[in-house]
Amino acid sequence: MIRFALPLAVFVLMAGLLWRGLYLKPKEVPSPLIDKAAPEFSLSMLDDPSRQLSTADMSGQVWVLNVWASWCVSCRAEHEVISALAARNLVTVVGLNYKDEPVDAARWLKQFGNPYATSVIDRDGRVGIDWGVYGVPETFVIGADGMIKYKHIGPVTHESLEKKIMPVLKELLS
Amino acid sequence: MRSLLLLATFVFWMPPLQAVIETYEFESAQMEADYKKLIDELRCLVCQNQNLSASDADLARDLRRETYEMLQQGKSSQQVVEFMVARYGDFVLYRPQFKTNTYLLWLGPFLLLLLVLYLLVRKLRAANKPVEVDAAAMAEAKQLLEEKETGK
Repeated sequence: MIRFALPLAVFVLMAGLLWRGLYLKPKEVPSPLIDKAAPEFSLSMLDDPSRQLSTADMSGQVWVLNVWASWCVSCRAEHEVISALAARNLVTVVGLNYKDEPVDAARWLKQFGNPYATSVIDRDGRVGIDWGVYGVPETFVIGADGMIKYKHIGPVTHESLEKKIMPVLKELLS
Repeated sequence: MRSLLLLATFVFWMPPLQAVIETYEFESAQMEADYKKLIDELRCLVCQNQNLSASDADLARDLRRETYEMLQQGKSSQQVVEFMVARYGDFVLYRPQFKTNTYLLWLGPFLLLLLVLYLLVRKLRAANKPVEVDAAAMAEAKQLLEEKETGK
């Protein structure tokens, strides 16, 4: 009996692991920044470069940081979803304009609509590195205590907004 | 002839194996060696199976710049690694650190080897051991065999 039971058990185990492996997303690297303080930045605003916005300015409120660029195709795809989120007026949505030409960025917002309370300019991508950004778009949810609560990698869809981001926001706002 | 030429084109045209990499000036040979070692051991997160030294992705270029600047500021290799891990997690390391959640990763192969050695030794011992049969059963078997022979 054991002659068959053992190979069968090994087979079932292997098959189970491989089956699960099919649905893993290796492209989504878990961020070590979850439940850590949001990295500091102080950057010029896209709509008025003479003014700066820093992480400290946002403390005490729940906010969302959406990393975007005019050259990023998936940002176009999620633009509608980010706009829907901003339209609910639940939280402040800040844009981090990542490695972009300010002129192109401004034109992009004008063309498709501007969902952001403000966008800050990360011209050389250094703030992006501090936030562990490795692909655009990425979306962070930051709590009133200044901690990063959630990170979404890739374009936010209506589904991921409702199922992943909204529950986090609701908990933070309650 | 034309197809031969075409074939030759493919055979002799070698694509550049190394991505075009910006050159940095280093103060010392040691610093340059540290830099090269670091960009070989840090993973590019965009093209996940390439290290920073082989990748031409934008992010890889930025992280090489970051590595270079940190070394220039007198930071140690260890500090550069900590900087990267704090932002991108353990995944950024091609050589994972030895810590609680990587024990199995590092020790697993040796554990498997030990297990296999144990099973092998057990099997070999079993094969070499003379088979012990108790005397009564042996005598009975002998008797049966003799009976069969004489019975014919």
